[in-house]
Amino acid sequence: MKAIYQSTVGEGLTLTDTSYCPGCGHGIIHKLVMESIAELGKLGETIGVSPIGCSVVAHEYMNVEMCEAAHGRAPAVATGIKRVHPNHIVFSYQGDGDLASIGMTEIVHAAMRGEKFTTFFVNNAIYGMTGGQMAPTTLLGQKSTTSIDGRKKEISGMPIRVSELLATIDGAVYVERVAVNTPANVRKAKQAIKRALDVQQRKLGFSFVEFLSSCPTNWGLTPVNALKWVGEHMIPYYPLGIFKQPEEEK
Amino acid sequence: MSTNRVMIAGSGGQGIILMGKLLAYVAMEEGKEVTFLPSYGAEMRGGTANCSVIISDRPISCPVVHKADIVVVMNQPSFEKFESAVEPGGSLFLNSTLIKDPVTRTDIEIYKVDANKLAEDAGIGRSANIVMLGAIVRQTGIVKIENVTKALKKEFSGKKVVYLDANLLAFQAWKTG
Amino acid sequence: MAERVLMKGNEAFAEAAIRGGCRFYVGYPITPQSEIPEFMSHELPKRGGTFIQAESELGTINMSYGIGCAGGNVFISSASPGIALMQEGFSFLCSAEVPLVAMNVSRSGAGIGGIQPGQCDYNQVTRGGGNGDYHIPVFAPSTMQDAVDIIYESFEIADRYRNPVMILADGMMGQMMEPVVLPEPKTLYKDEADIANYKPWALTGSKGKANRNRIKSYHAHPAELEQYIDYLYEKYMRMEKELQRAESYHTDDAEIVFVAYGSMARIVREVLEVLRKDGIKAGMIRPISLWPFPTAPFEALNPEVTKVVISAEMSKGQMIPDIRLALKDRIPVKLFSRTGGIIPSTEEIVAFVKTLRKELK
Ligand SMILES: Cc1ncc(C[n+]2csc(CCOP(=O)(O)OP(=O)(O)O)c2C)c(N)n1
Ligand code: SF4
Repeated sequence: MKAIYQSTVGEGLTLTDTSYCPGCGHGIIHKLVMESIAELGKLGETIGVSPIGCSVVAHEYMNVEMCEAAHGRAPAVATGIKRVHPNHIVFSYQGDGDLASIGMTEIVHAAMRGEKFTTFFVNNAIYGMTGGQMAPTTLLGQKSTTSIDGRKKEISGMPIRVSELLATIDGAVYVERVAVNTPANVRKAKQAIKRALDVQQRKLGFSFVEFLSSCPTNWGLTPVNALKWVGEHMIPYYPLGIFKQPEEEK
Repeated sequence: MSTNRVMIAGSGGQGIILMGKLLAYVAMEEGKEVTFLPSYGAEMRGGTANCSVIISDRPISCPVVHKADIVVVMNQPSFEKFESAVEPGGSLFLNSTLIKDPVTRTDIEIYKVDANKLAEDAGIGRSANIVMLGAIVRQTGIVKIENVTKALKKEFSGKKVVYLDANLLAFQAWKTG
Repeated sequence: MAERVLMKGNEAFAEAAIRGGCRFYVGYPITPQSEIPEFMSHELPKRGGTFIQAESELGTINMSYGIGCAGGNVFISSASPGIALMQEGFSFLCSAEVPLVAMNVSRSGAGIGGIQPGQCDYNQVTRGGGNGDYHIPVFAPSTMQDAVDIIYESFEIADRYRNPVMILADGMMGQMMEPVVLPEPKTLYKDEADIANYKPWALTGSKGKANRNRIKSYHAHPAELEQYIDYLYEKYMRMEKELQRAESYHTDDAEIVFVAYGSMARIVREVLEVLRKDGIKAGMIRPISLWPFPTAPFEALNPEVTKVVISAEMSKGQMIPDIRLALKDRIPVKLFSRTGGIIPSTEEIVAFVKTLRKELK
């Protein structure tokens, strides 16, 4: 019989059931990241940093050594780890509240210093863990518990495009935005992870992958409609693609 | 002088919190002292929700309910978790549409309420919580029926008024244990 | 009597702030207080105020410093780790004499800890995590009504002393619902133009003033800084005298006296009843102000009558040094503590007391 699906459980991922809601993008992204590291044969030489957000518990599921960081500070923590173990794969895994709000300073400065680790940035346009407040990435008109009539430009400004922002920084060598809303996009997301890890292993500078992801719980949508919403609302505002890559690969 | 401790548990979408709040609100309107305490945080993500309500003639010191005179369980996981929380001699109201396991305790009163089915019959499948509320109020007299009816009219007003009639039916759906 | 309304703690706190004179609210989501910013985001603008969601607690405290400098009455709220992040700001506001009302709906543990109720911010709020000789009055309500009343009053206290004021609640109080009577809304200043009259020190522009106002924290010369620190010290000593608040329950004949604040005080109140029914004379001192720590009720305790004092906390003895100082070590102090977000039951505390009495005999 031919296998049509090979589980990565027990390799890159642990056997633990996740605490994520049905239809949450975190699960898919965990799997892609850990599969990629496992395929490089580097699970034993990888150190990750989990954020404060729903994925604070990522270390329960990702089968590598990890630590938690205070809200927003993961890039500073990853900097410290990478300086001690320059030959290991080091990554931070962060949500959009964590990275683009409270932790904007740390991410910008890690990129500026050209830190040789990779950040996986999960943009679900909302604060998940705290129950659906507006994030810096919340779309105009999108309802949240602190913008019950929808986000308004006059009050909260326009949603921030983190990949485009980081791409302007010299030390950021690889920056790509992907989405995990369709099987085709999921495959592309994995390639992006691989390229980012390759840049890290070649010690070229800071690498960054942004994932457009779903939060059905706080969007008030079914899992299927949440994936549709990513395609219909997020991708038009947050275009997918590579914003920065090493010269020779262009 | 009396104090009633109520614990209500179920899954996220079952209207557990609304049931507790309605009970607390009606008790306050009746001039009683009352506290309402919901569970909060990551626990809810796993899909369970619970709340406790204390209704008393005198000031309530602590809103936390460790043991309750009235326990309401709306689904199987909360039945497993809270069957033991009923005070001996207390009442357990269980949603028999979703809970099939036998009750092991013999020192309590048990009321099986086919809540989802009765709600469907009333024309509003989502209102199993209101069916259950009707059952508790009718069986225990913890608050007055007519005051709950008044509160329901307030809750289902404005845009939600279209759901009023069905919810009033749901509230009356359960007749007897 | 005014109408009782059933409100969730966090929403009642926010409503009380609006009624007490809050015109600006700045906040950042954090459990178990997120209903405060949520409520403020839609209510405050309707009532003529301004809501700002900050990018972090660091943003929160510094935006609020700006609002305070400009004379606006500002309310902020957060929970334990968020308050920790604000400590630099609190130190700065105190040194610059800028008023503010802050609410801490505290949770449990150090670091990120857990989101269930805790009282382990005692040291953080009473000692302060910022640099310098500074103090912030901290009030710890134990019922929703207490909380509403003290928040309502706090804006005036903050303005009177030109100093931040902190209200310490916990996750249980923030999440629970209880009937409250809301006070009448009050107006501290009419409009923007009225700020200069209400707060002559505020930055409103020098037009029409004899001297332009400056608000500062930096002092280059040691002698000048020392003089300034002495001036502030004198103010803190005044606050220490004037702001002590506490309630005593059945302490006169009590062989055992609990010290408990906030949610813990609610539970202990029930414990007292049970113990007294069992013939054990127990009482309680409930500090309402945690800084300044109320000393009078402790001085009133008679070691001939009271054999032991129990600090009942959802922390690990953080209040004990204050109790011992207030008691001048005349009576031994024991700790009853649950942590991690666990709220103890009455039975558990009663059992603790019974065991303790056996040990003492
Ligand atoms: C200093 C501090 N402030 C606030 C919080 C509360 N908090 C926990 S998670 C979180 C944000 C979660 O949103 P996001 O980063 O978008 O991740 P998601 O949960 O959506 O995956 C916040 C604000 C905290 N833990 N610490
Ligand atoms: S709240 Fe949103 S981000 Fe968090 S686990 Fe649920 S779906 Fe995922």
